[in-house]
Amino acid sequence: MATLKDVLRKIGAVKKTQQITKAMNMVAAAKLRGAQAKMENFRPYAGKFAEVIGSLSAHLNVEASPLLEQREVKNIELLLVTADRGLCGSFNGNLNNLAEKFLRAKGAEGVGTSLVCLGRKGRDYFRRRQTNIRASHIDVMGRFDMSNAITIAQDLASRFIGGESDEVYVVSAHFISMAIQRPVTRKLLPISPEELGGPGETAGAAREYLYEPSPEQLISSLLPTHVNVQVYSAMLETSASEHAARMTAMDNASRNCKDLIRSLSLTYNKARQANITRELMDIVGGAEALKK
Amino acid sequence: MADKLLLEVITPSRMVVSEEVDMVVAPGEWGEFGALPNHAAYLTAIKLGELRYKVGNKTEYVIVSGGFAEIVADRATFLVTAAEKAHEVDIARAMKAKERAEQRLQAVAAKREAFDVARAEAALQRAIWRLKIAERAK
Repeated sequence: MATLKDVLRKIGAVKKTQQITKAMNMVAAAKLRGAQAKMENFRPYAGKFAEVIGSLSAHLNVEASPLLEQREVKNIELLLVTADRGLCGSFNGNLNNLAEKFLRAKGAEGVGTSLVCLGRKGRDYFRRRQTNIRASHIDVMGRFDMSNAITIAQDLASRFIGGESDEVYVVSAHFISMAIQRPVTRKLLPISPEELGGPGETAGAAREYLYEPSPEQLISSLLPTHVNVQVYSAMLETSASEHAARMTAMDNASRNCKDLIRSLSLTYNKARQANITRELMDIVGGAEALKK
Repeated sequence: MADKLLLEVITPSRMVVSEEVDMVVAPGEWGEFGALPNHAAYLTAIKLGELRYKVGNKTEYVIVSGGFAEIVADRATFLVTAAEKAHEVDIARAMKAKERAEQRLQAVAAKREAFDVARAEAALQRAIWRLKIAERAK
């Protein structure tokens, strides 16, 4: 049985933990707003870009760009986007699991795999498992813009063009809502023409543009940007998801602290009451003994 | 018939310009072009350079880097990787960037690495353009 003092100390410790988790919750909330604002700012660009590339996709020629080339798959590359920091529930774990399963499945098919990690948590996870990591980008997720995405995307693209990888995938978080973020796998390269079409196609078909230079040249110069946009939006979504996941995790932690404090206080008060009762009995017993 | 052109300059991180203008002149892939309201549908690649637009008799300058533009009747949408209005350009920083790029250019030119030379040149071009446009704002 813990002594009174022990219980009291424990209550103090839990209270301090609760202060920390509450503070982290608020920090995550602020950062989430920042991440969402970034997504919001990117939306007009992404929307317009998809529209234009959709209207151009009719002119797509498979030989036009090396980024479209479908090859027999011997080697694949995976870009894993995770957070740099932990304490966000199962967020990083889910992403790492998905990536590991994906790599194992590909490996079982006899396809060579290589891994690029963006975010510390992914790198640490696979380093512990002695997986070969070709490149890792650390401390980017906290503060990034389009230029970081371009660096990473162009590295992946140049390996694809060079024939070192025949397909490139991305594992990242899909931000569905504040409460739901789901890890997803997406194919980045080769770019499939169907994927470019989509909603813009019908609108574009009705419109006859003057092109400068030719539409074929235009679209092949836009394809690398398409890859950049894909990587950037994966980064944005993962970063927003990370903060949302951390908020939820810290909210739960604060609530658990509250429950713990309540049950500890109960133990404390019970023990205190028991002490008082025991002392009273001693006194009464002593008084009775003196009477005789 | 619209007598104004809605100009939008959009970068991945923000909307730089969103305004009704009378005319816009931009650096296209095949040289500078101008667009007035009711322009024919037009899609072009944009290279680094100066974009200027007129509202009334006032002319504004914006530096744009590579990207593309779509012009449809009364809308002109520029999607570029980076853009800055003339008065937003930090002259001191641009000066420093220019010096740095010049030094780097000399350093790499000695080694003859084509990739680095191209990069340093691009950086120098950017710095020169930014200074030029900042000058216009005065």
